[in-house]
Amino acid sequence: MSIAMPAAPLVRIINVWKRRGQNLVLKGVDLDAGRGQVVCLLGPSGAGKSTLLRCINALEVADRGTVEVDGAIIGCAMKDGKLYRMRESEVSRQRADIGMVFQNFNLFPHMSVMDNITDAPMRVRGESRAVARDRAQDLLGRVGLAHKADSFPRHLSGGQQQRIAIARALAMSPKLMLFDEPTSALDPHLVGEVLDVIKDLAATGMTMIIVTHEVQFAREIADVAAIMANGVIIEAGEAKEVLTQPSHPISRAFLARSLREGH
Amino acid sequence: MHDGAGLPRDMAQAPEVLAPAHVGRWFGVLFVGLIGAWILHQLLTNPGFQWLVVAQFMLDRRVLAGIGMTLELTVLVMLIGAVLGIVVAVMRLSADPLLGLCAHAFVWFFRGTPVLIQLVFWYNLASLFPELSIGIPFGGPKFYEISATVAISSFTAALLGLGLNEGAYMAEIIRAGLLSVDPGQGEASKALGHRPFQTFRVIVLPQAMKAIVPPTGNQVIGMLKYTSIASVVSLQELMHSVEDIYNRNFETIPLLIVAALWYLILVTILSVGQAYIEKYYSRGWTNSAPAAA
Ligand SMILES: Nc1ncnc2c1ncn2[C@@H]1O[C@H](COP(=O)(O)OP(=O)(O)O)[C@@H](O)[C@H]1O
Ligand SMILES: [Mg+2]
Repeated sequence: MSIAMPAAPLVRIINVWKRRGQNLVLKGVDLDAGRGQVVCLLGPSGAGKSTLLRCINALEVADRGTVEVDGAIIGCAMKDGKLYRMRESEVSRQRADIGMVFQNFNLFPHMSVMDNITDAPMRVRGESRAVARDRAQDLLGRVGLAHKADSFPRHLSGGQQQRIAIARALAMSPKLMLFDEPTSALDPHLVGEVLDVIKDLAATGMTMIIVTHEVQFAREIADVAAIMANGVIIEAGEAKEVLTQPSHPISRAFLARSLREGH
Repeated sequence: MHDGAGLPRDMAQAPEVLAPAHVGRWFGVLFVGLIGAWILHQLLTNPGFQWLVVAQFMLDRRVLAGIGMTLELTVLVMLIGAVLGIVVAVMRLSADPLLGLCAHAFVWFFRGTPVLIQLVFWYNLASLFPELSIGIPFGGPKFYEISATVAISSFTAALLGLGLNEGAYMAEIIRAGLLSVDPGQGEASKALGHRPFQTFRVIVLPQAMKAIVPPTGNQVIGMLKYTSIASVVSLQELMHSVEDIYNRNFETIPLLIVAALWYLILVTILSVGQAYIEKYYSRGWTNSAPAAA
């Protein structure tokens, strides 16, 4: 097993294949994310973006290929040159270091905002309540919701819920953040507040992989952009190039349509 | 746009919206009132009710002992049912086909055979297996052995018969509750690093409780009365105690009223408890924001 060099990317996705029912959803995907890099993943719906993202924290396990985060294979263990799935309890230890933000927020509706944020740090990391609450309050301040600690998710707007979901993920001090269309379920006037929080986060040097339809946002924030269609990455590279002068005809059509739709 | 839009208007000019006249309701009140009056009249004047006898036996030692047994049996049976129900429901929802099959078979059998037969079957287990033992089956060594007639008292027979049956029903109620929780909840929990059991206990089950509590309350109330079936294996619960008394003094109606009143009292208490539990598990789901602290 190789030792991760300082220059080695934090995330390495190597030749990942995934079947879902009759569909081959991922057909040999390679993608890297360097430390501190922001990678934006774009492409038409059904391309396999969510599936790929979910393979990175083993919410789904690939049929073939590997995902490495910080030098460790995710969801599998290599034994005698063969890959074996890990047990769920072992996978959860890996997931604790990877934050994920969902399209539908998925805040826990039966818990207050404070409990949503402090539960995992206390239960998974064994932090004391005082420490966890202090950091939660800090994070709530960072996402501009310091006064909402005692609210319940249902009483908040979609934009507020998504900002809290980001704070909840950050409370675990992850080394990587995954976003699956974080603004797609939001009313247009609430998109900006969530994108601003993500931009602030990028400025802190957090490594992030973001699935998004917001091309303008991706241009501002991404170091690397990758465009996916039909289970393969058809184009990847420096964000400025990929998002302004795409070479693949599908990417060109996709970007033109996205920009026309005013995103 | 209306002339003078935005100017204050005279409220008196706006026709007021009135409720329609409720002619039918007056007939309803009269009808229900008549029936109520008749019931009250019967209760007070029909000598068959024998309220003095009822009062005399309400706090009878044997009746109270019967209530104790009924409550004990209900609590234990529901505990067995809930624990079995959770295990079987989780097995049934698991990805493992063998576990799923076992769970399915359990529900199929214990929901599909009458409780009465199960009770009597357990009570007469001795005729099928005279000796109960723990050890290696098919003739291997035995570590512990006990005579079945000793092990299966009427109480154990009632516990097993009612408990296993209740487990099958609770499994279905709990399974439905677990299925009602958005799968995104479990995923969000896993993504935070919760282990499978933590995800279940902290995130999924509490949300499933919202759908589990009301039918479970129904089950508890049903079970409280259904324990009376254990009188067939001569368990001294409330119904059996009352029967014993009226078999001796022939005051059948008043003693049945004693039992009915007690069941009604217990069910009322349970319903109030259920309302509180339902309120607890709907935390975060009410529409109104909680009062500012
Ligand atoms: N549960 C499922 N069973 C079978 N196919 C699925 C399932 N979920 C998604 N798919 C298919 O997988 C493909 C990729 O889905 P997804 O990763 O969600 O795409 P994207 O996020 O890019 O829109 C789609 O074609 C979709 O139809
Ligand atoms: Mg998707």
